[in-house]
Amino acid sequence: MSSQNLFELSQVAKRFTKGKETISIFHDLNMQIKEGDFLAIMGPSGSGKTTLLNLLGGVDQPTEGQITFDGQRIDNLSEGQLAKWRANNIGFIFQFYNLMPMLNAARNVELPLLLTNMSRSERKQQVKVALELVGLSDRASHMPSEMSGGQQQRVAIARAVVSDPKFLLCDEPTGDLDRQTADEILQTLQLLNEKFGKTIVMVTHDPSAAKFAKHTVHLNKGEFVKAEELLV
Amino acid sequence: MKDLYLVYKNLTRKKMRLFLTTFAIFIAFLIFGAIMTLRGALNSGVEMSADNRLVVVHKTNFTNPLPYSYVNKTQAIEGVKQVTHANWFGGYYQEPANQVVTFAVDPESYLEVYPELVVEPTQRNAWLNNQASVLVGERIALANGWKVGDSIPLSSNIFSHKDGGQTWDFVIAGIFSGAEEKTDTSYVLFHYKYFNETQSWGGDNIGWLIITTLDPSMNESVAKAIDSNFANSNAETDTSTEQAFNKAFIEQIGNIGLIIFGVVFMAFFTILIVVGNTMVLAIRERTAEIAVLKTLGFESMRIFKMVLIESCLLAFLGGLLGLGAAYLLIQVASEYLARFLPNLVLDQSILLQALGYMLLLGLVTGIAPAISALRLNIITAFNRG
Ligand SMILES: Nc1ncnc2c1ncn2[C@@H]1O[C@H](COP(=O)(O)OP(=O)(O)OP(=O)(O)O)[C@@H](O)[C@H]1O
Ligand SMILES: [Mg+2]
Repeated sequence: MSSQNLFELSQVAKRFTKGKETISIFHDLNMQIKEGDFLAIMGPSGSGKTTLLNLLGGVDQPTEGQITFDGQRIDNLSEGQLAKWRANNIGFIFQFYNLMPMLNAARNVELPLLLTNMSRSERKQQVKVALELVGLSDRASHMPSEMSGGQQQRVAIARAVVSDPKFLLCDEPTGDLDRQTADEILQTLQLLNEKFGKTIVMVTHDPSAAKFAKHTVHLNKGEFVKAEELLV
Repeated sequence: MKDLYLVYKNLTRKKMRLFLTTFAIFIAFLIFGAIMTLRGALNSGVEMSADNRLVVVHKTNFTNPLPYSYVNKTQAIEGVKQVTHANWFGGYYQEPANQVVTFAVDPESYLEVYPELVVEPTQRNAWLNNQASVLVGERIALANGWKVGDSIPLSSNIFSHKDGGQTWDFVIAGIFSGAEEKTDTSYVLFHYKYFNETQSWGGDNIGWLIITTLDPSMNESVAKAIDSNFANSNAETDTSTEQAFNKAFIEQIGNIGLIIFGVVFMAFFTILIVVGNTMVLAIRERTAEIAVLKTLGFESMRIFKMVLIESCLLAFLGGLLGLGAAYLLIQVASEYLARFLPNLVLDQSILLQALGYMLLLGLVTGIAPAISALRLNIITAFNRG
């Protein structure tokens, strides 16, 4: 496994301004994420976990500092460039699955492929592979409302990996699931990390979920509090 | 367009809402198609009137007759090119309910003044040479199943035959068609001379005169000259252009233009609000979904287009159904109304106008939600839940 840095954040600051008020979330955040890592981020509510994921996922941009991905700066990309970059490099997994309710499982998984040049038959093939990977081949034509939370989250994982991104971002992926289902989901993520080399960053409140990761870091008030080798 | 399936699924995700909005648009375009066609039929007489034709009627009431001598007197007036005349026969075929608009005319001059009436030369000659024959319009022939050579009795609810009864027996010498689709061909012509000799009232009277001027620019002066020529006589005249005459005739039915405008405007405005509001709500409900699409890498412009396409699809779905229904309605109605309202056709210009309005409706109702989808910020959308 390569030990190159996939992500590098240096001197990142993030502030939100609302009217006259300015909230500072990060002021000098430095971080590296190695390719092939499975990193859990823990921390109290409001500590900035989601904000950090948004920065990593190119959904939001830092107020100051630099973020590089695979040697390329992403903090200065335009909105349109970022959208393309996200489509090519990042798979997103959300706490509430966020599937399209009017599309069946296969059509939900297909969504990211609509952003590629693939033909309909290529897309179908790819969707099939992704659904097999999460063990839902027999649910392809089911609607989200006909599936359990765990199954929906599996569909969401299939959607996240279908276009084969290097990097997966998960914001409390098991926050809404029972213990056993959560463990199954986490095992799937582990599999994606170990067998398919996906680099994963996962935010979680649940210490036993964090155990599935290779490393865990703790955020508090916008700073990493427990030293690990990742931290600078 | 790969996103079309997504658009389609969004459009059809709430069946009841889709049905109601489609129905509202359906009604709007049904009204639009039917009323525009009706207006077209009513106006076709005005549109088709030649610009150098004048109509001379009795000043007091256009149903009062004029003396036959006016034909020659009018011919002598400067600027007049040609004169012809017509009498209202008030005809019906077999039973009073089956009205057949019939005029007694001077055949030769009438066809010259109305060059848009097209007759085959042999049929034309046959008509000119047979006093007791009629020339019938294509549309009314079709409505009654008449062919050349058929004998048809036409009855008058005004005049009596001097041999008794109110029925004249005619043979069809020819069928005339219109030079253009909108030319009225829903009436019957026969010889004035024959009419005058066979009706029991006597008196060499004509219903009205139709004249052509040497040039449209002379219309006004010629009209004045005619009316002043007959001023202070027993039968004073009122001369106007055929266009004005037809228009005045239509305006007696009511100010149709204004009514149509009002109805169409109200219908469109109501539907615009209903559909526009529905679209806004539909998109607002999808805030989280749009945020997800954007997160996955769908560009804002692409989502903007998807919303607009959805609203346009809705407009065209309801609109085309409504227009189709209007077409069917008119097909049925035109069979029954052929005699009173020829030219009841949903023509290409109405179709194009309707398509234009559908596009407009789609864009207007879609633009606000499309812009809010375009502007939707991923982070704030997720924070909202
Ligand atoms: N768009 C925004 N505008 C203003 N303030 C924001 C915005 N997004 C986040 N914040 C604030 O930033 C802080 C960190 O938020 P963030 O969502 O990153 O926390 P979190 O660690 O993910 O919390 P939780 O565990 O509850 O999800 C919070 O105080 C939050 O109110
Ligand atoms: Mg969070």
